[in-house]
Formats: sequence, C-alpha cells, structure tokens
Amino acid sequence: MSEKYNEIPMAGNILEPGNSEKYKTGGWRAEKPIHNNEKCLWIKNGTCGRCWIFCPDMSVILTEKDGKYSYAYNYDYCKGCGICATECPTDSIHMEKE
Amino acid sequence: MSVPKDKITVEGLTGDAAIAHALKQADLDVLAAYPITPQTIIVEDYQRFAADGEVNAAVIPVESEHSAMSACVGASAVGGRVATASASAGLALMWEILYVAASMRMPIVFTVANRALSGPINIHNDHSDGMGMRDSGFIQLYCQSSQEAYDTTLMAFRLAEHHDVLLPVMVGIDGFIVSHNVERVEMLPDDVVEKFVGVRVPIQNLNPNTPLTLGPLALTDYYFEFKEQQSRAIMGVPKVYKEIEAEFEKITGRKYGLFETYKTEDADIIILAMSSMGGTAKVVADALRERGEKIGVIRLKMFRPFPAEEIAKAVGDAKAVAVFEKAMSFGGAAHPLAVEVRTALYEAKERPMVLDFVVGLGGRDVPPTTFVDGIEKTKEYLKAGKAPKYETLGVRK
Repeated sequence: MSEKYNEIPMAGNILEPGNSEKYKTGGWRAEKPIHNNEKCLWIKNGTCGRCWIFCPDMSVILTEKDGKYSYAYNYDYCKGCGICATECPTDSIHMEKE
Repeated sequence: MSVPKDKITVEGLTGDAAIAHALKQADLDVLAAYPITPQTIIVEDYQRFAADGEVNAAVIPVESEHSAMSACVGASAVGGRVATASASAGLALMWEILYVAASMRMPIVFTVANRALSGPINIHNDHSDGMGMRDSGFIQLYCQSSQEAYDTTLMAFRLAEHHDVLLPVMVGIDGFIVSHNVERVEMLPDDVVEKFVGVRVPIQNLNPNTPLTLGPLALTDYYFEFKEQQSRAIMGVPKVYKEIEAEFEKITGRKYGLFETYKTEDADIIILAMSSMGGTAKVVADALRERGEKIGVIRLKMFRPFPAEEIAKAVGDAKAVAVFEKAMSFGGAAHPLAVEVRTALYEAKERPMVLDFVVGLGGRDVPPTTFVDGIEKTKEYLKAGKAPKYETLGVRK
C-alpha cells in the first residue's frame, strides 16, 4: 500500500485475476466466532452444517477424516458477521470481542 | 503530403452533418446514442449510413443517455472505437458515467451540440452543458465552424486513443448556430482518413483469454493515486494534440491550435471567447481597428485542459482581456471561462484587467453590437482603474 501513483496499474485496473485472495478481509472483524465441540452436531455425527451453509465468506471449515469430524474457522477472511452464531441450533458458537 | 484538390469532396453541410460524416469515415465499432435537439442530426445521419450499409459499426439505440454513455464505456473497454453524441439535458443525464468514462481512461469521442440546461427548458445554444461537465475529466474542444467540427472529430480519435492520453474527448459545436447552419465543408477521401485515424490499439482491454478487472473499487488507500494519474494524463494533452494537428495540417493545410489568435500582437484590448462567438469577435475587431482601436481576439478551442501558460503568453502586454462567455457559475467569484483566464494571468508581470461578460444565455443572440458594448465598458473600466467582477450583457435589466 506504499506504491506511488506511477507504480500501480492505470485506472485501478486489476491485471492479475483472482488477486482478491490477497486482501485479508479478516482485518475488518470486530468480534470473532468461538466454537464449542460439546453440543455441535457436525462434531457429533457429521450432520447440520448450518454455519457452513450460511457463512458468506466460506470461512467455516468442516472436515472429516477416518470417520472423525473436525471444525475450524479461516480467520483470514471471517469478517465477524455472526451469522454462524445466529444460525447454530445448539448454541455451540458464541462471539467474542477481538 | 497534402491531398490533391480533385480528391477532396466539397459539400454544404450543417455542423451536425459534418460530424456525422467524420464519424462515418473514422470507422467506428460502436455508436450508442439517444437523440436530443440540437444534436439529433448527428445520430440520424449516422443511423442512415448504418442502414445503407455504409458503415460497419454496431449502432445501439439505447433508452437513455445514461445508458448511451454506459454502453460506450463497455464497448470501449473491450477495445472498440466508440463515439456518442448528446446535448443539454441528455448530457446532464450522462453525468455519472462521464466521470466513469474519464476515470476508467476510455477513449470515447463525445460530440456535443452545446445547448442551454433547463430550466426554463430551452433548446438553444449556450455553454452550460459543457461547463456542467467541466470537471468530469473529459478533454474539451470547442469548434467555430462545420469544417472545424469535421476536422476536430477526426483528430479527436487520435487524441483520445493516444497511449499517453487515453481519455475521452468532447467535441463541441454551438447548438443551431453551427449544428444547423449549412456551410462549405471540405471532406477528405476515405483512404486518407483511414490512414490518418488508423485502428485503435488498446492496451488493457477486456478479453477472455487474458482476464482482468476494469473499474474496481478504490478507497482511502488508492483512490487519490488514481486521480493523480488522471490529472497527469490530461495535463499531457496539449503536447500530443499539437503533434496530431501538425500531421493533420500536412494533409489538409488546416490547423487551429489550442486557441486561435487574431491581431493580438499589438492589441490593447483582447476579446476572449469560444466557439461561434469567435467569428463575430473577429469581425468586430476588424471594424474597430478601422476606427483606430487596437482590438485583438483569442478564440479558445481547448478548454480542458486549459492552456494557461500559452494564454498568458498570447495576451502579452495587452491592457485588458474582455472575456465573453455563455455560461454562469451561480454565485462564483466569476464565471467558468473568466475564472480560468484570471488565474492564468495572475502571475503576469503587467497583469491586465480581466472583464467577464456573460452573454447569449439560452440562445440569446450575440451580435457585433454586444461585443462593441463590452469593449466600450472595458475602456471605461480601464480609465477608472476598476471593474465589476462580472456582468451580463444583452439581458433586459
């Protein structure tokens, strides 16, 4: 972000497709989601997944390996909107101030 | 090499028709426009060329001027040669996209038959539409005659598409006064125009094989740098324009400059005006010179970028510059043209008096007597050593 006017493409043109990945929108976050495994249906039996469905930033990462389910967030892009916490039917997600 | 006389087509053409012929010969890819008086003939004639198969361009009859300029931006973004036309309220409806076109660096040629803005609604000439788009980032070239409109439209493509420029160009003619009056126009043979205007070589255009994004968001961290680019690009226009015009002069023998000077060398009072008023002003200068008054004329063609240093040089040591302009900036320290001229002359060693006469609004005739009135007032003000910041002439008050 320290480039001078003559060090950036003309008119703001983006010459490299897909470079929005480089923009870590996680920096916008005021609150972050915290997940608790205890009552989570994904962890329990690989069902539900409402947080994953509703997340607008594809920042909920649900994985399964050898019948074992794990849960994570990609905090590089999670903007802290809180939709996952609102949608969770088992109150397994709560928001905490950054 | 100049074109032999027998290859030149001479026709009686209105200013609008002259522009339409230039657009036809410039080999457009897209013309998107919406009709509005007094620009209508440009699009009407061009549509006829298209219907008769004389041009290959896609003519897009859009539902509004906002869409017209938007379609032009899209077509220009894929690398096409693009033009549109409008005036007054139509131009005003394009306003948002004028800024987009300029900031996205789209070399669109925008021909305008300058007309008063509402209200009261009025179809006749003044420069309120051109001055309304003053800060949009368009290059602005105002023409005095149908011939100049033809010539300038051709040169506008070269200027807009030049890689050191890449900015849209407005080519203005006075509504009705030039747009609808028939004058003798010399037209170049098609092959000569084809060679002169060439084919647009885009540098960053939309193409599925090399995907890129044009016109994205830029906030506090980058917006200002893009404005710096844009400002530098437009300030480089005079140099490029002069090169293009020198080439055009070789072919046609005609040139106009950033502005035209007429008997300014020894002038005490210089009339400074744009477009068709330049012709009247020259006649007035001749008549007053017969009475021994040293009057000169600067007829400004390029309003954006404003050639401030060159104007200061051309004014030289004249005692006064009487600006005659057809637009108001309500509540301003002066009106658009005089603001520029006063600023241009502020650093002058012997700063001349700059008078601002607002004339001809809504198509009110500006006959030679209006200029004479202005000159008489200028002489009085010079004697008194002071003058009002501006005044209107030719209005009942």
